[in-house]
This record gives sequence, structure tokens and C-alpha cells, in this order.
Amino acid sequence: MSEKDLKDKDSLDSIDEDKRDFLFITTAGLAVAGGAVTAFSLIDTMNPAKDVLALSTTEVDLAPIEEGQSLTVMWRGKPIFIRHRTSEEIRTANDASVNDLKHMASDESRVKNPKWLVVVGVCTHLGCVPLGQKIGDNKGEFGGWFCPCHGSHYDTSGRIRKGPAPLNLEVPPYDFVSDEIIKIG
Amino acid sequence: MKDKETENKSGISDWIDERLPVFTFINHNLRDYPTPKNLNYFWNFGSLAGVTLVIMIVTGILLAMQYTANTEMAFDSVERIMRDVNNGWLLRYIHMNGASMFFIIVYIHMFRGLYYGSYKYPREILWMLGVVILLLMMATAFMGYVLPWGQMSFWGATVITNLFSAFPVIGDYIVTFLWGGFSVDNPTLTRFFVLHYLLPFAIVGVVALHLVALHQFGSNNPTGIDVKSEGDTIPFHPYYTVKDYLGLGVYLIVFAFLVFFAPNFLGHPDNYIPANPLQTPAHIVPEWYFLPFYAILRAVPDKLLGVLLMFAAVMVLFFLPWLDKHKIRSANFRPFYKQFYWLFFINCIVLGWVGAMPAEGIYVLISRVATLYYFGFFLIIMPFLSKFEKTTDLPSSISAAVISEKFDNKEPSSSESYVK
Repeated sequence: MSEKDLKDKDSLDSIDEDKRDFLFITTAGLAVAGGAVTAFSLIDTMNPAKDVLALSTTEVDLAPIEEGQSLTVMWRGKPIFIRHRTSEEIRTANDASVNDLKHMASDESRVKNPKWLVVVGVCTHLGCVPLGQKIGDNKGEFGGWFCPCHGSHYDTSGRIRKGPAPLNLEVPPYDFVSDEIIKIG
Repeated sequence: MKDKETENKSGISDWIDERLPVFTFINHNLRDYPTPKNLNYFWNFGSLAGVTLVIMIVTGILLAMQYTANTEMAFDSVERIMRDVNNGWLLRYIHMNGASMFFIIVYIHMFRGLYYGSYKYPREILWMLGVVILLLMMATAFMGYVLPWGQMSFWGATVITNLFSAFPVIGDYIVTFLWGGFSVDNPTLTRFFVLHYLLPFAIVGVVALHLVALHQFGSNNPTGIDVKSEGDTIPFHPYYTVKDYLGLGVYLIVFAFLVFFAPNFLGHPDNYIPANPLQTPAHIVPEWYFLPFYAILRAVPDKLLGVLLMFAAVMVLFFLPWLDKHKIRSANFRPFYKQFYWLFFINCIVLGWVGAMPAEGIYVLISRVATLYYFGFFLIIMPFLSKFEKTTDLPSSISAAVISEKFDNKEPSSSESYVK
């Protein structure tokens, strides 16, 4: 830097505008990209961790459940309703006309073995756990489950029949490991 | 149409600014803010410390979302962060090494102030607020180190809290109170976690005061001469924003190197062993940033005196503006102070080194001599030089210093490159 440059520093002629624009855009561009990657990595730490994501499975022995009885098990922190349905319950589930349902699904499509209904016990309205698992519970007008929070009625196939819930109770992924044991998840 | 838009836009900011002068404030403090034109790269470290504080708070908040402050679960929750949480290893390594980087930055920032006399009139309170920040940082870093609940965490906490037992009569009561029990245990961990989360926000508050005090008189500069005319200053933006950005880039490269290539370089492997109240590690050492003070503690054979001396080593900094009353700020114009200063700098490094060594044999002697010089520098040399040191010729102004350095065939020394 010479004395002349120092004196010239206020004169606009000595500024190469194109060079400055280039420097500014590349610098700012890299800074924004780096900031975005960093921000994403940091925010990503709040997403479900690997131990949470690891697909936990639950095995259930169905043998002790008598016809007409229900069992609640936990899977991924949610209750799973397992009901050993009576032939009466299976019949009423099949009698309902699919086209009249709010969320159309046949009973067949919701079970692997008609005797066993396995659904996630979380009301599709706002997440409460419906009643109907215990003997004295209000099972709603359709003999399945009744959600006490906002009055949704589910039938013996876990389908929404009346009330504010938009969808049927979800069927979780499960398989029969043997005739009497299922593996959920 | 276009004119109307710009008019509208300035209308809104004016409207807000009249009622809440945020734009005036930003403009005044970060844009037009007149800054001495000869600041060197040592003046980057204030803003770097600010950036580090923000990094620590952001990563700390995210870590707190995954951490469990319970003796049964703390160690495992940290390992879960390392293995299962998305980028959890990155989060923890940034936070861990961030503490070290924070101390490196702040120590350089302080040595800068010590060299250029930044603590002298009229910046005494600015300096003292800085010492308050240092104390808060030390407390925060110490408590943060306890949280992973490894062997070093546990025994570090035990040793440091036991320092208070040195006080006669009330000592034991203080320690029991700090622990919330009769040993370092769950109540201790819980309160350390709460305070470790709380204190950084206290630091933010003191940093705000530090900045208010700074902007009252503006930055000191390498000549230590007051700003005398507008010609001595340049606006903060773009000159120092650009200079700070460059420094920030270099700093982040060093930081990233540590995080990605040597994340455990500054830590102790013993802290990856879960805390065991029945077994003390063979060689127990604090984190490197406490080593000089640890060395002073161990230099004294008496328990109480050692503890008092260690606290005094930090407290003496509060009195710096009154220990060094020499009229000239910058060590560049104080030939004797300059030499004692560099000796003091080396002495601090020696203290850090012996702090990491076992307390026996020659190391004890070295630590005693170094402790003596540490206090001698502040309590004897500084007041003595204040009275008797003659200075070399001062430039008449900042501008004069810059011009003579640039054009009088005088080679700028490496520590004082004035103008780029």
C-alpha cells in the first residue's frame, strides 16, 4: 500500500464494484449455506433418536384370553387393544353395510383371523384411550368402544360409527407367529 | 410505484424507531460506532467470546432436552446422546470443546487487556465486569463438567467442593450445604444441573453491562492513546465487521478441527468410566483451564492458606486498575513493564504445566516460585513500576502513530500491525 492509495481510499474511482459484488455474494452465499446446514443438524437432534426409532416389537400370547375377553398391551408407548371376539360380535361387525360407514372398511380387511381383533387403542379424534376393554365399561352404542372425551362410538371391528372421530381405530402391523402368539410391530 | 414502496418501508421502520429506538441503537452501536482505526487482531477476541457464548447456549439447550440429571441415569443419558440422538455426538463435542475454546478466547482477551492497559481509567468498571464474567464462567464450567457423572466428574466435584471445608468452624457446614447431603450425590447433581443451566443467562446479563461500559468510552487501542479527533476513528461497519468476520472464520476452523479430529484431546479418558464413590482415580486433574489456579492451590502446604491464595489469584484481578496506576496504558511504550508482562505470561503457562504434574519433587518448588511471581507481578512490580518507570516517546495521536509506522521506514513489529 503506497501513500497515494491511502489518500485515494475515499475516492470512489478506486473501488472495483464488480469484484466487491462477487466477493459479497460468494461470502454471503457460503455463510447462508453453512448456517443452514448447521441449523438443520442442530434442529435434527430434536427428532426421534435411534433408540426411539428402533422398531420395538411386542409378542403377545393369546391363549389365556377367553372368548369375549379383551387384553391391553403396550407397543411403542401406546395401548393395543386385543379382543377375542364372540361369533355374535363378528356377525354384527360383518352385518354393517360398508357404504354407510364414515370411514369405509370391511371387517375382513381389518383382521387376520376373524376371532381376533387387534387395534391401536387411541381415539382418532384427539388421542384419548376409549373405554370398552374392561367388563363394566361403557362399550358405546355399537358394542365396541366408547371414547369418554368427546363421545365417539366404535363398533366391534373398531370402526367409527358415531361421534367426532374421523377415522377407524388404526390396525397396527402384526403377524401370527403361531396359532396362539402374535408379534406386533 | 417504486418510490412509494421505499417510502413506505422507511415509514414503518421510522414509525417503530420513534417508539422503540432499535434501529437507532443498532446503527449507533454496530454501524456508525466510531472505533480507533489502529485495532489489531487481538481486538477480535471480544466478539469471538460473544459468538462462543451463543454457541454454548444453543448447544446447551439442545443437550438439556436429552440429558437426565439423576445419578442413576446421567451417565447413560450422555452415552445415549453420543450413540442414539441424531447428531448427538456433534452436539456434545461442540459443547465440550466449546468450553475449552471459550476459556482460550477469554484468556487471550484478558492478556490483551493486560498488555495494552485496557483496565485503566476510564475503563475500570469495564474490566471488573469482565472479571465477574470470568468467575461466572468458571463456576458454570465446573458444574457442567460434573453433569456426565463420570469418574472425573464425581471426584472433581468432591475435591472442589471440599475446598470450602478449609474454612474454620463453618467449613463443614458450608460443604454439607453445597452437597445437600453428606457426600456428592443426587441432590448435588440436580442443583449443579439447574445452576449450570441458569448461570449462562446471568453471563449474558453481565455481558450486556460489559458492552454498555465499553461503548461509554469506546475501545482502547494498541497505542493506548485516547481518541483525539474524528480522524483517529473509522466506523465499525464495514471496517471492523469485516475484520471480525475474518477472525471468526479462522476461529471456527480451529474449533471445527478440534471437534471433528480431536474431540477428546482436551478431556480425560477417566470421565468415560461411570462415577464410583468408592474409588478415586489414580491421577486426578482438573480441566486445563483451571490448572494454573490448581497449581497455586497445591503450592501451599497449608490447606486454608492454599485455598485462600487460589481465590486471591482471581480476586486480585479486581484491583488491577488500582495496582497499576501508571499513566501510560500500552506496554509498547513501557520498556520495563513489557518485559515483566511477558515473564508473567510465561509464568502463567508454567503454572498450568505444573498444575498438570504430580505434586511432588521439583514440581512443588517450581509451583512455589511461579506462585510467588504471579502475586509479585500484581502486588509489587505493578505498583513499583507505576511510580518509577520512564516511558519511551509517545506518538502525538493515533493517526500520527499509524502514519509514522507506515511511511517512516519503520518495520511494524509482529504484535502491532496497525493498518491493513
